[in-house]
Amino acid sequence: MLLLEAIILSVIAASTPLLLAASAELVVERSGVLNLGVEGMMIMGAACGFGGAYMSGSTLVGALCGILGGAAMAAIFGILTLGLAVNQVAAGLALTILGVGLSGLIGAGFVGARIVPAPDLYLPFLTDIPYIGRILFGEDAFVYFSVALVIAIWLFLYRSRAGLVLRAVGDNHASAHALGYPVLRIRMLAVLFGGACAGLGGAFLPLAYTPFFIPGMTAGRGWIALALVVFASWRPGRLVAGAYLFGAVSILQLHTQAFGLGIPSQLMSALPYLATVIVLVLISRTRGTAGSAAPASLGLVFVPDR
Amino acid sequence: MQLVLERRPERSAVIAVASPLIAVALTVVTFAILFAIMGKNPLYALWVYFIEPLTDPFSLQEMAVKATPLVMIAVGLALCYIANVWNIGAEGQFIAGAVCGSWLAVRTNGADVGYWVLPAMLLLGALGGALYALIPAICRVYFGASEILTSLMLVYVANLGMDYLVRGPWRDPAGLNFPTTAAFDPVASVPTLVEGVGRLHAGSIIALVAVMLVAVLLGRTIMGFEIRLVGAAPKAARFSGFSANRLVLFTFAVSGALAGLAGIIEVAGPIGHLDPGVSSGYGFTAIIVAFLGRLNPVGILIAGLFLALTFIGGEGAQISMKVPLDLTKVFQGILLFYVLACDSLIVYRIRLVRTVRKPVHAAA
Repeated sequence: MLLLEAIILSVIAASTPLLLAASAELVVERSGVLNLGVEGMMIMGAACGFGGAYMSGSTLVGALCGILGGAAMAAIFGILTLGLAVNQVAAGLALTILGVGLSGLIGAGFVGARIVPAPDLYLPFLTDIPYIGRILFGEDAFVYFSVALVIAIWLFLYRSRAGLVLRAVGDNHASAHALGYPVLRIRMLAVLFGGACAGLGGAFLPLAYTPFFIPGMTAGRGWIALALVVFASWRPGRLVAGAYLFGAVSILQLHTQAFGLGIPSQLMSALPYLATVIVLVLISRTRGTAGSAAPASLGLVFVPDR
Repeated sequence: MQLVLERRPERSAVIAVASPLIAVALTVVTFAILFAIMGKNPLYALWVYFIEPLTDPFSLQEMAVKATPLVMIAVGLALCYIANVWNIGAEGQFIAGAVCGSWLAVRTNGADVGYWVLPAMLLLGALGGALYALIPAICRVYFGASEILTSLMLVYVANLGMDYLVRGPWRDPAGLNFPTTAAFDPVASVPTLVEGVGRLHAGSIIALVAVMLVAVLLGRTIMGFEIRLVGAAPKAARFSGFSANRLVLFTFAVSGALAGLAGIIEVAGPIGHLDPGVSSGYGFTAIIVAFLGRLNPVGILIAGLFLALTFIGGEGAQISMKVPLDLTKVFQGILLFYVLACDSLIVYRIRLVRTVRKPVHAAA
């Protein structure tokens, strides 16, 4: 049972950055913007977050720096795609290339440095409950925040007027504009929110997952987060299931290596990426019958005619 | 008062020509400011980056060596991007080509074989890259899966596959346990062009031929017309009976073949063996090259040489100015942003207008 507990704990840890980045990207895409720069915002969040935590000695300051780093990157993306009507696919790619380079530059001073990882929650009695205590009541703040974030996003999208407006903007920007809604402003806010959460997801890696920074440490998680949004057919509930499923696949790799089953380690490392391709194929094939909520204006340029 | 975008009556021909130049100028200015902030002399930095490599014949050859894979990959990607097909997994196709071509070099290593080996390797490389690129294309055409995500995921898979081969079955037994294949035989290597000095190799000529072939394909053939039409007006293309799906398969196959060819040329040329570090991100940098070259084959040739210059300059600056190598990537990222922003001004103009408030129909 101890092994199972350890596996569940590591799955939750591996899923948290995916959940943070993907749930916010879901909001961004629901507003009609396709930001492919999640990987770049995450790695900037990781570098800024680690830098902040290392210099201040506080995880909270680090997390805030990560949020700011991600949001700053998102702001560049927003100005280009919303202000200057640049192709969103190309701008997203540029954001990732820039983020990888900038994070390397920022992180160069911190390679080899270590920090104290974010503390786990400890509640007397509750955390000591056998088997489920540590899983439910012994996680770090990022894990609880990520779960709260998804719930908040669900409430926002489906139970609030603002969420309804955001979905309208994503489904038909021309009509939303005709009704007088500030399409570009709403999208800009969504993009900034997406950047902030992606930055936090990236900051989770050096602040809680491994207590040091390595260049390129997000290792494609931003791209997997993008795939998760498609996997979830733009629905928050399915996103949670998807994020934990992908976390589980990436953890499976470590445990099969420990058992020494004679499978090449590279094949196991490739599993999350192969799984993404297979899942995308399966999901896209059944799209339509599975109740997809793909925003109709996703990725389209909008220039208001006054 | 606020700034708004306004569609121009027609594309601005002046800005279409000037936009890459404006973008480069803006990037250079931004970069000079960045250097000043870092406490380095900006003028000296710009000289190290952009002028010094041009003064030395060895560096000039290195520039062509770096530009070769960039240009070859980027002209293929341009075909995709013009047709609105988003292949961003050229890095994986580069590796797939390198691996497939290397297979023959590894199998014939040390054996007495003829001069057919190198052409066969190049063919295998192109074939490997094309087949690997067809995976995301097929996923898109037959299952509707986003080619952006699948082509990118396959980059990681290709990297890990190559890692497995060079650490496992293909590892050089005499290689002191380093993850590398044995050095390729002379018959399995791309010959250098200048005897004795530098690394300029025959692959650069193949890249030039690729540029010309793609230029002819785009400008002088029905296929090229289809690619441009599907990208510019998908509905009109559908009414004319052009199949968008066939174009997805075609552009992916061609760009994959070019990336794969670039991969095996890089391995059989300047590197001389297969190891996990063969690519150094050419497949991703080529995306910048394609856009900086305005998706035009000749423009891409110039853009490829320019980005190669920043690589050489970056290496020089790392040694002489003690700045991190990542600065080159930052430079390339900023450049791509400026290029995209300037391109937008071809179609739109920015105007300052008075804010007009529109009523929000709350009840509607």
